Parts: sequence; C-alpha cells; structure tokens
Amino acid sequence: MSAVDTWVSAFHARSAQQPGATLPWLADLRRQAIYRFADEGWPTRRHPRWQHTSLAFMDQQDFAANAVAPDAAAALARLRGDDAGHWLVFVGGRFNAELSDIGALPAGVQLTSLADALDQHPEAVQAAFGSATDGDSPAALNLALATDGAWLRLPLGVALEAPVHLVFITNATDASQHLRNLIVAEANSEATIVEHYLGEGEATTLTTAATRLQVDADARITHLKLQQEAEPAIHLASINATQARGAHFASHSLSFGARLARNDIHTRFDGEGCDTLLNGLYHLDGRRHVDHHTSINHAQPRGNSREFYRGLLDGNSRGVFTGRIIVAKDAQRSDAMQRCDNLLLSRAAEADARPELEIYADDVKCAHGATVGQMDEDSLFYLQTRGLDDAHARRLLTYAFAAEALDRIALLPLRKQARAALMARLPGGELLEELL
Amino acid sequence: MLDIKNLKASVEGKDILKGLDLQVKAGEVHAIMGPNGSGKSTLSQVLAGRDTFQVDGGSVTWDGQDLLAMPIEERARAGLFLAFQYPVEIPGVSNAYFLKAAVNAVRKHRGLPEFDAMDFLTRVKAEMKAVGMKEEFLYRAVNEGFSGGEKKRNEVLQMALLEPRLAILDETDSGLDIDALKVVADGVNRLRSPERALIVITHYQRLLDYIVPDHVHVLSQGRIVRSGGRELALELEEKGYGWIGDAGEIHAAPPAAGGA
Repeated sequence: MSAVDTWVSAFHARSAQQPGATLPWLADLRRQAIYRFADEGWPTRRHPRWQHTSLAFMDQQDFAANAVAPDAAAALARLRGDDAGHWLVFVGGRFNAELSDIGALPAGVQLTSLADALDQHPEAVQAAFGSATDGDSPAALNLALATDGAWLRLPLGVALEAPVHLVFITNATDASQHLRNLIVAEANSEATIVEHYLGEGEATTLTTAATRLQVDADARITHLKLQQEAEPAIHLASINATQARGAHFASHSLSFGARLARNDIHTRFDGEGCDTLLNGLYHLDGRRHVDHHTSINHAQPRGNSREFYRGLLDGNSRGVFTGRIIVAKDAQRSDAMQRCDNLLLSRAAEADARPELEIYADDVKCAHGATVGQMDEDSLFYLQTRGLDDAHARRLLTYAFAAEALDRIALLPLRKQARAALMARLPGGELLEELL
Repeated sequence: MLDIKNLKASVEGKDILKGLDLQVKAGEVHAIMGPNGSGKSTLSQVLAGRDTFQVDGGSVTWDGQDLLAMPIEERARAGLFLAFQYPVEIPGVSNAYFLKAAVNAVRKHRGLPEFDAMDFLTRVKAEMKAVGMKEEFLYRAVNEGFSGGEKKRNEVLQMALLEPRLAILDETDSGLDIDALKVVADGVNRLRSPERALIVITHYQRLLDYIVPDHVHVLSQGRIVRSGGRELALELEEKGYGWIGDAGEIHAAPPAAGGA
C-alpha cells in the first residue's frame, strides 16, 4: 500500500540501513523530510502546481516488484554499445559496482555513488544535499527515502570530454526506488550527464528521483534525461539547477515510458549573464500521462533562456506542460523565449500547455507560444504523391515533429541514443531507421 | 494513356470542374492555360488524388484503369507525378531520406531492385548536377528554407528520379527568374520521350518558349473552352484572357490585347 502511513513506517524500518545513517545532519534532514511528507500527503488538484496531475490515487495504489527482473547486463550492453565513457549503473536504487565502469577521470574529479561520497566527503555532500523544504511533498519523500544515486564534483576548469551516463534499472525485489544525484560543477568546468531510467514488466513500480546541479561561474553543464520506464510505472522526478555568473545549463528531458511521469525542472540565475536551454520531448499513448512543470528564475540581469517542449500524444493520453518564467525587478536585459508544441495523433488525446510569466523588470525580451495540432494534411498528401503509403507518411511526419527536439541535443552519439529510444516507441520505427 | 471524360469536381459545395474532357497520349506535351480560378490547380490535385476535392461526376481512365479509384500512392507508383505549385516544407526529414524513400517505393512497385545508399547517392548527385542543385540540399530538411527557385528545382529533381510516365507541372514557372526557368525547363525537356507524357499547367506562355507543347488548351470556368496548337498560347500571350466570357463562352470577336 502506498498510503502515507505506509511510507512513513517504511522510512522508520529502513532509516538505520540507509547510507550515511550515522551522520546526524542527514538523519535530521531525513526525519524533517518524512514529517513534511506525512503532514502534506500526496499533492492533489487543489495544489496550484498539481492542477493537472493529482496524486490522490497514490493513497490506494499498491506497488509491487516485478516477478522477473530485467537482465541489467543485457540492457546495459544494448544501451552502451562500444561507448567508452563513464558509466554508473544502479539496480533497484543501489549502485552496482560490477556493471559500472567509471573509467579514467581527470585529476580531482569525484565521480562515485552517493553512498560512497557520504563516506568519503560528507561535508561536500552536505552542502549540496538540499533541504526538506525543497519542492513539493514527493520531493520530501525522495529526500527521506533515497538509498543512492550519483555524486559528481568537477574541480575548477576541468572538462570531462566523455558524457557521464547514469543508468537506473528496476529489479525483482524492490517495488520502489528512490534516487538522488548531486552534481557540483566548479567555475569553468564542463560536463554532460545523462540519466537513463529503464524498466520492464507488468508490475506497478515507483521511482522517485531528484537531481541537483550547482553550476558555478562560467561552467557549462548539459543534462539529458531519458525516461524509458516500464508502462505501468510511476515516475516522480525533479531536476534543480542553480547557475552562477555566466554559467550555461542545458536540460533535455525525454519522457517515453511510465504510466504517469512528472518532472519538475527548475533553474535559477544567481549571477549575471547566465544562459539556459530547457528542451523536452514526450511521447504518450494508451491512458498514460506526463507532466512537465518547469520554471526559469531570471534573478539576475542579462540572462538568456530558451525553452522548447514538444509532445506526441496518441490514444487517450494526456500531456501537460507548465512553463514558469520569473524575471526579477533588477534582472534587466533578460531575454526569455518559450514554446510548447503538441501533435495529437488521436482524437481522444489531450494536451495542456500553460505559460506562467512573472515579469518585474522593464527592459526585458520575453516571448512565448503554444500550439496543439493534428498531422498536417498538406504534408501527408505531398509524401503520398511521392509513392509513400499512408502509414509510412504518418510515421515519417510523426518522427519529423519529434526530430526538431532531438536536433537540439548537441552531442551526436547522445542524439542517436535518443533517436533510437524514440524509434523503439513509434509503430513501424524500423522503417525509419535509415534516418539514424 | 490518360482519358478524362466530363470530369466534375467541387470543394465545400462549390463547383470548380464542370465537365472537363482531355485525352493525353504517350509522347505528347499538353499545356493547360487559363485565368486564376479557372480550375487549373484543382485538375492537377484531383488527378493526384487530393481528397479535399470531391469528384461529382465523369471519369478518368489511366491505361484502362479507373484512376480515381486508386489510392494516392498507387497513382504515384504507377507513374503519375505532380510537381507542386507550392511544394510542402517538411522540417525534420532530410531531403536524402525523402528522395530515397520515394524512389524505392516506386522502384519496388515496378519490380526493380531498391537502391542501396551508394547507388542512390551516385544517381541523385548526377541528377542534382543536372538541375543545378548543390549537394548540401541532400542533407537539409525537405524544402525547409529553400527559396522559391530551389523548391521548384527540387520538384524537377524528384521528377527525374521517379521517372514518371505522366508528369503534371502545376505552375512550375511561378516565382522563377529567367535563369531558374531555363534550368527547370531543361530538366523537363530531358525527360521528354515517346513513352512519356507531360501536362504543363501555366498562367503565362513564357514557360512554353522553353517547353514547347504539342497541344494547348484553354481552361475557363471548369471546362476546356478552346484547344489548339502552340499558336494558341501565343495568341493568349497577346490578347490576355479577357476574350473569354464570364460563363466561359468565347466572344465572337476577341477584344484588343489587355482588354476587359
């Protein structure tokens, strides 16, 4: 059972075995978080940030581990191919050293599991850990229950050439997994971090995930999340970035799996001249539901933000996008642009796109737009007059709509991985494989 | 090859084609001219299979088959090609993928082996050279950000690759400067053969200086009101369309050039 009390009891039963359980600050933090969760319960539509996604059903939802675990090694091999890179693998919410291959790292770079980092550098982890008041109640539950995740610390001026891949795979013993990833990028450092969420099976599982990124002055961080959980899964996640002067942060959120997925993605400009890209793509069918709740806080002047979300919605699915942009009173010469475009592949699918602009400065460029549409008949006709049958033409146009989001992924190998993940979802994707 | 009898078509209850007759034989080039709104583009769209137009009567026979009963892609695979007046932009799909998918769909239907990537590139590059397109256009999205002339060249490129038996050029000359017009016309002329037929739809006779037709038809109010040889196009150039009455009738004495 998922009733709030159940989670609270689970917390008390397990807290002594959690990594860092002997650190008083962490034990305190976890207790505050579980109290907050117990107090607030699951968010419902009455909550202003959850108007389109109620989690009230969670009180009655049973979670179970899958009877058979995915073959983690095989899944990893498919994903990884012959990529060298840095690969950290987590199975059932715990770091798996055997499957992981952290690889060679430049001097001073810390890349470990969070559990190891709590042993090795507890003070640094404490500074990055976050507080029990962050986000909404699911974020508090994550803080209380998180068993592991990744720790990445990039020292001043160091660039990681190969992406860091974090792979999260469900197992056959845990009905839920709770992950916390902490990334600290010191000034002028540079890295790309990819989170893969993989699951298989018929059981309803729960994943909560929180990723916190501290992007110091002039650092450049790209974060890509590829959510491919099993169809019955529930996935509740947040990505929180803070950017210092001149920092660049790009987030790509690709949501292809899970019955219900919620991503809260927030970044805040704490220094002048920051730059951010929030790019998203979701594909839904059946009765699935995805909600991206984003916010960009232009707290300091001369920040630049670009936000593009695209949805492909089939069946009775529902895609929700909220794009909040805050421009503080003194954040003059801010430049913000936001778009959300949805392609409805069935009459019963539903898209909600809601910009929320709060602009307190006067010298600001801010543009936003949203579209919801069906497949373009002129384009379909054009392709058919060239000999492509209706099904092939529709697949091609569906792919083309999504490709605009994928093309914003700068690193080609990552773009190819993202394309492959999309193709695996689109009916008849194999016909389009030459596009890869 | 193509036999159109008493073709009637409408869109949203508005009659556009009102009993059109036309016969096209292999090897022939037909020009269809007429004022705006006469039904020229509707004819091309109906032949290609656009379902926004409702066929209300008449028949179109293609090699003894009922063309109007064939799905759009079957018409294309059987050798009917429409060069669009306004080619559609398809962001996210590379021109190379699009061209290869089209060529292979048609080749498969004709019982020819599908091109592999190498064969296709060799072939497409040769054809691109002939229509004056740079190779970079292979790797750009279909028609996206192409100029008017580049889009029309891309249409002619598709036509060359698909090797149709009947090509319909719908105002392929519109928006082209004279150099682009010559390149496009050269591309079309290279396709002329005793097995192939062309229908050139145009408002102006200018294109017909370069693609010389065997037959010229004047379309007005959804009917062909006059047919003749090449000299008819020159006459139209001189006199405009004013000599055709509102109901499509031909005035006994055409007014002076540029009149009413």
